[in-house]
Amino acid sequence: MTPLPGGAPAWRAEVDARSWRGASEAAAAAGARLGALWASDERQLGGGVRVRALLVCYEGLVCLELLLPEGVTTFPDLSDLFSCAARMQRAINDLVGVRAVAAGGHPADERGWLRHAAWPADVFPLRRDIAMASVWPAGEDRYAFVPVEGDGVHEIPVGPVHAGTIEPGHFRFSVVGERVLRLEERLGYKHKGIEKRFEEMGLEEAIRLAGRVSGDSTVAYAWAYAMALESMAGVIPSARALLLRALLLERERIANHLGDLGYLGNDGGLAFGLAQFSRLKEDLLRTNARVFGHRYLMDRVIPGGVAIDVDTAATAVMLEEADRLERDIRRLRAIYDDHAGLQDRFVACGKLTAETAALLGVVGLAARASGLALDARVYPAHAPYDVLEPRMCTRRHGDVAARVNVRFEEALESLKLERRILRRLPLGDCRIPLPTIRVGSLGFGWIEGWRGEVFVALEAGAGGTVRRCHPHDPSWQNWPALEHAILGNIVPDFPLINKSFNLSYAGQDL
Amino acid sequence: MHKLLRQIARVGISTEAAPLPDEALRQITGRLNDEVLRLLGRALAIRHVDAGSCNGCELEIQGISNPYYNIEGLGIRFVASPRHADMLLVTGPVSRNMQEALRRTYDAVPEPKLVVAIGDCGCTGGIFGEGYASCGRIANVIPVDVAVPGCPPPPAAIMQGILTAVQRKS
Repeated sequence: MTPLPGGAPAWRAEVDARSWRGASEAAAAAGARLGALWASDERQLGGGVRVRALLVCYEGLVCLELLLPEGVTTFPDLSDLFSCAARMQRAINDLVGVRAVAAGGHPADERGWLRHAAWPADVFPLRRDIAMASVWPAGEDRYAFVPVEGDGVHEIPVGPVHAGTIEPGHFRFSVVGERVLRLEERLGYKHKGIEKRFEEMGLEEAIRLAGRVSGDSTVAYAWAYAMALESMAGVIPSARALLLRALLLERERIANHLGDLGYLGNDGGLAFGLAQFSRLKEDLLRTNARVFGHRYLMDRVIPGGVAIDVDTAATAVMLEEADRLERDIRRLRAIYDDHAGLQDRFVACGKLTAETAALLGVVGLAARASGLALDARVYPAHAPYDVLEPRMCTRRHGDVAARVNVRFEEALESLKLERRILRRLPLGDCRIPLPTIRVGSLGFGWIEGWRGEVFVALEAGAGGTVRRCHPHDPSWQNWPALEHAILGNIVPDFPLINKSFNLSYAGQDL
Repeated sequence: MHKLLRQIARVGISTEAAPLPDEALRQITGRLNDEVLRLLGRALAIRHVDAGSCNGCELEIQGISNPYYNIEGLGIRFVASPRHADMLLVTGPVSRNMQEALRRTYDAVPEPKLVVAIGDCGCTGGIFGEGYASCGRIANVIPVDVAVPGCPPPPAAIMQGILTAVQRKS
């Protein structure tokens, strides 16, 4: 294994098809998780397709690299070891044209995932001989949902256009009366070719695209991208720049948690909660606009550092805001906690047990609400979180109430971190220039965004361009968990349960 | 309950004045005549469609319902079906996987209808542009009356776009 420099502890290891399975089995047995799985067309480099699996082990990230000889279109299936691999493998087949095959030779799920009808089944748009501008006449979109049969069972199809201001996706409920027997998700509606678009961009400019993979997590993605790029460059930003990035990331976390707490109150029948929390969120966004020049902090993290700085006046504004916010959040939490009607909706609703969460490889706040101790800020604690020492917020019950409580505690913890950052900000350059990056370099970024861990895998091409970039959203791991959390609940509780996870469609559709 | 009431009293009313319409945002003129607009007034029903955005624009569209912008205070509300809507508020670029769903949603809105495109991607295709999976701007798929640029446009700009679409010329 070759260690890689940079912010995230990472190693890469070239494997053959046998050790691809062997290493994955050993890692799974040792408690490792699957972080991401993707493939690249390397025929121009004298091979076939290279499939990569990013394993999250105790020591850090281990990237297994399997180069398939030209003409080989199958690779060993990992979905029996890591169930979250299933959809990633289907996406790989849609985009690059290599299929995961289990030991007995039978292919895993053969249905498309990101491919609906926009391109033919024998075209693989991420291959390098397919131009970005290629357009095919729309085909027929047929998708074989798993049928549920029995006395009184019927189906409710929902989406892709939903009844609120949310993203598009399809949910197929099989119900008896109002109780859900099965939910099957179908995603991919927002697929717009982000990975292909990356390959037309320069390494430094492409951070803007990384910041638009999932707009609600723009800081997390931009930081993960910058971390991958800085790893390849062998550069570490100044302590000041890293602390400012953490400041932006925590403000992104607070803004999203405030928004979700409002909507969760609303979906639980307490419109007061939405009015109150959306006001607090708006205050925070306005401070962002005033201090950092953008309400959602897009394009503030840049390669080599940050595009912003804070002076004493801005520090005073944010410290005063933190005190005010903490007081208001504590008041509203007391109201939520005391509200019998709201707690009746929250408690025991949409339960995801620790066992199921671990089996599915769930990450982020949903994992912590089910009792799993996963938070990249705490472990491995990349800089500057090693000095900020955040407290991990967990709950055991895995229901909507647990996900609400984790949000409350994380918002308060982020305010603490914000104060710590503002009080200890050392002097230093906000940005350092990056040297020229060697062709073929590989780098990883690993950031705990508000929803969960965001990975970016980046490969350099000739002349400072992106050869391949794979941004990975925590929603890949967490969407399947929603299918489990809804089981046995009633259809009218679905919006509440869905909101309690609040997963990204854009981030997984790419 | 007293805690809840005290919090409401403590916060008071935070709603701000609505922005004025801006004719520069209009793409198509005269789709709705003044008589229709007079009858409609501001009793407008909006259906939002995300046709492929990064979800940043959705955050700001949600923002126009917060107490500061309070779009419902103007008589404008979001509805759950295109069949109940006068206007589509569309974000994008339009992904090819959403092209058909957007067209069908547009067809389901009863005439006369309006379309407001939100965000740089909705206006031009933005950073995602056009390609094997993206149709680019909203106007490449359905007619657009008013387009609001920004990445994402702040709530006041989105309200301004909506109000421009229903402004009478005389």
